[in-house]
Amino acid sequence: MRKELDIKTKKADVLIIGGGTAGCYAALTLSEQSQLSVLVAEKAHIKRSGCLAAGVNAINAYILPGRTPQDYVDYAAKDAEGIVRNDLLLTAAERFNEVTAHMERLGLVILKDENGNYAARGNRNIKINGENFKPLLASALQEADRVSVLNHVNITDLLTDGGKVYGAVGFSVLEETAYILEAQTVLIATGGASGLYRPNNPGFSRHKMWYPPFNTGAGYAMGLRAGAEMTTFEMRFIALRCKDTIAPTGTIAQGAGAKQVNAKGEVYEEKYGLTTSERVYGTVKENLLGNGPCYLRTSGITKEQEDDLLKAYLNMAPGQTLKWVESGKTPGESDVEIEGTEPYIVGGHTASGYWVNTNRESTVKGLYAAGDAAGGCPQKYVTGALAEGKIAALDMIRHYRPAGAAETEEPFASQEAGARLRKQARRYLAEYEKIRNEADPPFSAEELEEAMQKVMDAYAGGIGCHYEFNEKQLAAADERIAQLIELSGHVGASDMHELLSVYELKERLLVCQALIAHLRSRKETRWHSFQENMDYPKRDSAYEKYINSVFEDGKIRIIERELVKEAVYEHKDS
Amino acid sequence: MSIRIREEKCVGCGRCADVCPGTLIGFREKKAHMDYPKDCWGCVSCVKECRTGAIEYFLGADIGGNGSTMTVTEDGNILHWKIRKHDGTVKTIDVNRQDSNKY
Ligand SMILES: Cc1cc2nc3c(=O)[nH]c(=O)nc-3n(C[C@H](O)[C@H](O)[C@H](O)COP(=O)(O)OP(=O)(O)OC[C@H]3O[C@@H](n4cnc5c(N)ncnc54)[C@H](O)[C@@H]3O)c2cc1C
Ligand code: SF4
Ligand code: SF4
Repeated sequence: MRKELDIKTKKADVLIIGGGTAGCYAALTLSEQSQLSVLVAEKAHIKRSGCLAAGVNAINAYILPGRTPQDYVDYAAKDAEGIVRNDLLLTAAERFNEVTAHMERLGLVILKDENGNYAARGNRNIKINGENFKPLLASALQEADRVSVLNHVNITDLLTDGGKVYGAVGFSVLEETAYILEAQTVLIATGGASGLYRPNNPGFSRHKMWYPPFNTGAGYAMGLRAGAEMTTFEMRFIALRCKDTIAPTGTIAQGAGAKQVNAKGEVYEEKYGLTTSERVYGTVKENLLGNGPCYLRTSGITKEQEDDLLKAYLNMAPGQTLKWVESGKTPGESDVEIEGTEPYIVGGHTASGYWVNTNRESTVKGLYAAGDAAGGCPQKYVTGALAEGKIAALDMIRHYRPAGAAETEEPFASQEAGARLRKQARRYLAEYEKIRNEADPPFSAEELEEAMQKVMDAYAGGIGCHYEFNEKQLAAADERIAQLIELSGHVGASDMHELLSVYELKERLLVCQALIAHLRSRKETRWHSFQENMDYPKRDSAYEKYINSVFEDGKIRIIERELVKEAVYEHKDS
Repeated sequence: MSIRIREEKCVGCGRCADVCPGTLIGFREKKAHMDYPKDCWGCVSCVKECRTGAIEYFLGADIGGNGSTMTVTEDGNILHWKIRKHDGTVKTIDVNRQDSNKY
């Protein structure tokens, strides 16, 4: 018997896709500062979804007394070798402190010194208890006026007409229901993309990765399919993490001041440089020189420091505390082994993501992006995600119903456009039914995902190739990913969770396709390890520009853009 | 890294299934069931959410686990973390939500 989904239609002034850090904060801002109705569609549950599920260890982006937002811009621009948007960094940095203060009012615990100032960790961080960051945000949202939250609804496609967004479609991951969500304004807050490459632990613990395995690049993929422009995917993010548990290392490195040492006990970090990518590169090189494993030197810390570390990890990566206790090798006795993760695409750490104007509107009218989904603004972290959610929300309020538009304007109001949009929605829903009724699919989504990760690992600079690649390998990667995209058109799903897996696979494959095109277009090595092109091992000033992309007729078209120097950037041409 | 659910302790409230960021927990005969053990991120959200201590967290053998388990119970602002080692010994660590990280 042919399976069919129930269809539910909902309308709001603003649709927010992804109820994570940026999405929740944008919704809160809209509720507090406007009368607009807001719908948040979240594939899991806003209480613990996304990056903040386990907690965070510090606020990584904060303007400490005596420093200015411009100092932050200068630091992030230098760390990214100049390929950033100053306008985006500055507008985010100007709001780091106000969103922090707001989180404190919502209940976030922040460490204070004897004078009542926030206690600094290094030059840009402050110390918090981030275990309940997300529940605090979620409970504030639950009380907000005019906001409704659709938990367990996964969005797959945007509805657009004439270069403007009018809503999105998705499905419940629990019930046999499809959703058509109509809105004039849409925010993409779906985070970045993990699971593109073969992970550190490819077996039983395959999802023990740093970035949430449930952030699959859905926002990038739906944006690409809707014609939105992306930027700087080639600046991949590779994290230096605790071996096996892939727990963050900042708490040990910045917090406890531990140095990176090789197996001979030599401090190697100065040898390779101290930018984020150079720290990864140095570790890779030391291993290749036969000097591995590499560690963060914690041995010798006091018992009290050790107890504090054990507690700090419980607040963000409890697996690391379990590992220390279970193995008996506590950080005071043994150094902490470190390794590089598989590469991710994540706009909160590097500059990849949507190409947006200063107000975070994408090249599709009415479609905004914030947080890890938005590009051009690396090292924005948790406060940057909140700040961008707010910046986007404030612009939506300013632009909603532009002068001349009727008060009653509805997304699907005009007859012809409405008919086209309804047809578009039906086409996407028909795709769900096709997948659910696929007879005898040759491969499962899981099998194709593994194949994709293997291709990316071997030919597009994964862990297995020490993050290096050359032009021939990228061409091979492109060809193999194209084959897998073809095969992904014939996978089936027997329940809603499998339907989710099929979409996650398709999203990742499209992100891989775009990523490979970006990697092929930057014919230099701008950032060690993040983008290490062995055919062009040096930096080339001809590439002091952005590599952007759009998706047209199944292909990625690359657009090179000059560095933006103005304080305010507006989209001009395409 | 994954979780195990002790059926005898589960009262079927559904809190764990609701919050899992990957929607990995389902139900079998009114008891929570880990449907996708290999897809667990190890975020411990479900363990914190369970009021009956029915969920245990463990490290897979591929990442160095040797059979110890971890549970957590909440008492106001205090989280009592309990690590039961494979040799039967137990270590508890209490963390107050009102205390910031020192690092
Ligand atoms: C493990 C970890 C530790 C970190 N630690 C720190 C730290 O200590 N300090 C710091 O400042 N920063 C830290 N960061 C960075 C910071 O947490 C992130 O940059 C920030 O939270 C990103 O916010 P976001 O809203 O873009 O993404 P998220 O908060 O991840 O939100 C994305 C949301 O979209 C949902 N979603 C995805 N796809 C769909 C779809 N198709 N339909 C519907 N919903 C969807 C997801 O479920 C999720 O809820 C850390 C990040 C990670 C991963
Ligand atoms: S630990 Fe996290 S990812 Fe794993 S089952 Fe529990 S809630 Fe889900
Ligand atoms: S939260 Fe605990 S008691 Fe409730 S369903 Fe889950 S395992 Fe069972």
